[in-house]
Amino acid sequence: MQDQEYKDMFKIEALELLSDLEAKLLEMKEGYDDIEQINSTFRILHTIKGTGSMFGFNDISDFAHNLETAFDFVRNKKVNITNDLINLTLTASDHMKTMLDAGDENKADNDFISEEILTALNELVPLIEDSPEKHDTKTAGILKSVSEDASSSDMTYRIRFRPSVDIFTTGTNPLLLLKELRGFGECDIIAHIDRIPLLNEYDHKACYTDWDIILTTKKSLDEVRDIFIFVEDSSEVDIDIIDDGTILDKEPKRDKLGEILLDRGDITAENLVPILQKQDEKQKKIGELLVEQDVVSKSKISSALSEQKHIQKVRKKKSGSVLASSVRVPAEKLDKLVNLVGEMVTVQERLSQLAVYEDIPELTSIAENIENLTDGLRDNTMSIRMVQFGITFTGFKRLVHDLSKDLEKNIVLITDGVETELDKTVIEKLNEPLVHILRNSIDHGIESKETRESAGKSSQGTILLSAEHSGAYVLISVSDDGAGLDPDVIYKKAIEKEIIAPGTEMTPKEILQLIFSPGFSTAKKVTDVSGRGVGMDVVKKSVEALRGSVEIDSDKGKGTTVTLKLPLTLAIIEGFLVEMEGDKFILPLSSVEECVELSQENVDRAQGWDFLNVRGELVPYIRLRKSFDIQSDPPEMEHVVITGVDGQRIGVVVDRVIGSHQTVIKPLGRAMKHSEDVSGATILGDGTVALILNLDKLVKAA
Amino acid sequence: MSKNIMILDDSPTIRAMMNKTLKDAGYDVIEAVDGRDGLDKLSGSNARMIVTDLNMPEMNGNEFIRSVRVIPEYEFIPILVLTTESDDSIKAVSKAAGATGWITKPFNPEKLLSVVRKLVD
Repeated sequence: MQDQEYKDMFKIEALELLSDLEAKLLEMKEGYDDIEQINSTFRILHTIKGTGSMFGFNDISDFAHNLETAFDFVRNKKVNITNDLINLTLTASDHMKTMLDAGDENKADNDFISEEILTALNELVPLIEDSPEKHDTKTAGILKSVSEDASSSDMTYRIRFRPSVDIFTTGTNPLLLLKELRGFGECDIIAHIDRIPLLNEYDHKACYTDWDIILTTKKSLDEVRDIFIFVEDSSEVDIDIIDDGTILDKEPKRDKLGEILLDRGDITAENLVPILQKQDEKQKKIGELLVEQDVVSKSKISSALSEQKHIQKVRKKKSGSVLASSVRVPAEKLDKLVNLVGEMVTVQERLSQLAVYEDIPELTSIAENIENLTDGLRDNTMSIRMVQFGITFTGFKRLVHDLSKDLEKNIVLITDGVETELDKTVIEKLNEPLVHILRNSIDHGIESKETRESAGKSSQGTILLSAEHSGAYVLISVSDDGAGLDPDVIYKKAIEKEIIAPGTEMTPKEILQLIFSPGFSTAKKVTDVSGRGVGMDVVKKSVEALRGSVEIDSDKGKGTTVTLKLPLTLAIIEGFLVEMEGDKFILPLSSVEECVELSQENVDRAQGWDFLNVRGELVPYIRLRKSFDIQSDPPEMEHVVITGVDGQRIGVVVDRVIGSHQTVIKPLGRAMKHSEDVSGATILGDGTVALILNLDKLVKAA
Repeated sequence: MSKNIMILDDSPTIRAMMNKTLKDAGYDVIEAVDGRDGLDKLSGSNARMIVTDLNMPEMNGNEFIRSVRVIPEYEFIPILVLTTESDDSIKAVSKAAGATGWITKPFNPEKLLSVVRKLVD
């Protein structure tokens, strides 16, 4: 049905109502008090007003509203019927008929007449407040326009809805309200059923359940509140804004359970503090402790937990969207930040040591806090510098493409672990060695098409460049399915080049590592690509400069894999602190395998050989005393730190083992440039300096 | 489940408008002109919801609601009240009588449906 049809229908209805009204008015006279008739007069005016407003007859509706109010006073005996009122109402009735017929025509004239009649009415019934718009100021709350508060950012609300026990008897189904909420957005609902009584007290008409709802939506608070508009008087509805798009960012601890319970008013700070202390002792979850202590009910905890989950979800979503809007910062600013964090770690170590030494409880707890914060700061700062390894891959693809074309080989580069993150500096410094390794693979590794085909391989060679995390290291490997290396050839070559003495006994794996020796190049002919006398030793050097190591593995005829093992970061390492005659040294913790004791008895038993029997395995060791020319007598019981260097176990004999230490690496000055045994220095907690040992070099020197 | 909704209003125009709106939304409509008529038509109507005007001849809305609430079958039925006033005291009287919610005139078909959907599945 169209609007016009309703309008026509209303006109007919209104005309009938107006004749009714006329008939009733004509029966009345001064002092008339038939309440039934007065009521129906009121009702007629009421219907004209209500129905008129529905179908666009606002003028008539507003006009009728005033008359209705007058008759409301009459039926409530606030004013009496007078002849003047009867006559005026009859005039008004005629006027409404005119307005119905006229529609929008003669609007100005009709408005003027309406004014006149209403002014006259106001004189007769002075209590009328002339506010025709009053009745349409607020339609049912839910119907507020959506655009009114359309906020673009996601809002997160906590709604606690506790329906009145008799909610069902007013015809409300609370589940429908929850359903409506669900329609608004991401919604977690927890029901509390603690109030449900035992069966004998149970009233099937009553509602004993209440709900906690966490809602994330774009709707405004008013729109959410409007869902409960029909029940807000009788039921408890508390709506709190947990997040308006900014609150969660400002309150990083907002997702701690204790905080949530506090915020909800389920517990007080006085409840929480002793529980938190107990939590430290008992290693239990705070929720469990609170329930144990009878501070809050289990369902409150599970509700708070779901809020926690919800907040975390919201946060995750947010950080996902933030990722796209990253900030570019000059690298030097980051470097400076890393330096500062490094200093901070050093100072924090000092504070921690002081705290242990002084043994003041407050100081200890401050030191612990600072330690936690510094750790967080360090990890965060380091992570800022992390870059995905994949950014370099494009360049390598180009390299492989160009070179294989030059050499008329068919080679494809496959990459894996693009998303592996590595310190920016490390990635930059890796470029050159990787280019070198790739060139080697393309030039020497992958055979010509013909050779490949006659060897029964696919004519297309494959190089796999992959990166993966392994503890505090990243492993980057370049594998090809080429000819592989022949240990015998390398062995001969090494002797030829006087890299090893003839007759040296070596395992195939050891032989393979020989290609990293300076001046080693096996290419039969010098090509543009590689074999210009710059061998893999350059690779090894650059990787070692990054405190990494390089390893090669090859299967003759099947291919070669070069693996670079690199630390995640350059600035701070986990060190292992040892002591020699009051001087402290740091070994990289990652290469420490175990510590054993070395008694004089052990030394004697080895009959002058620097070997130690560790569970049946003979492990050679070096004496730091000897390396650093420390003259004094060693203590009776020395310690051996067994390390893994280049796949070998080697012991380092020290006076005393102290333990692991967050080591901020400081470069040594120019004067120390040539001391290869030491790769850097660090400042210890007590302010003294410890040297960071370069194990590879130490072992070789020994 | 039944899709029957009973509407009570003494204005034929409003009844026509509500009838059309609800039918188009897939509901079946039972019309009544006032409270008395409504009560007569209610028994056996299998109504799931009632929309009623307040000011009607022959039993007004609130009286009607009170009478409906004592019928066991309709104890929990959602009852929506049509009112011209946003005055809270008038709503409070209806609520006390057992009304579930209200909608203020003037309203358009969309408003009516959104409120009806709030109260029935």
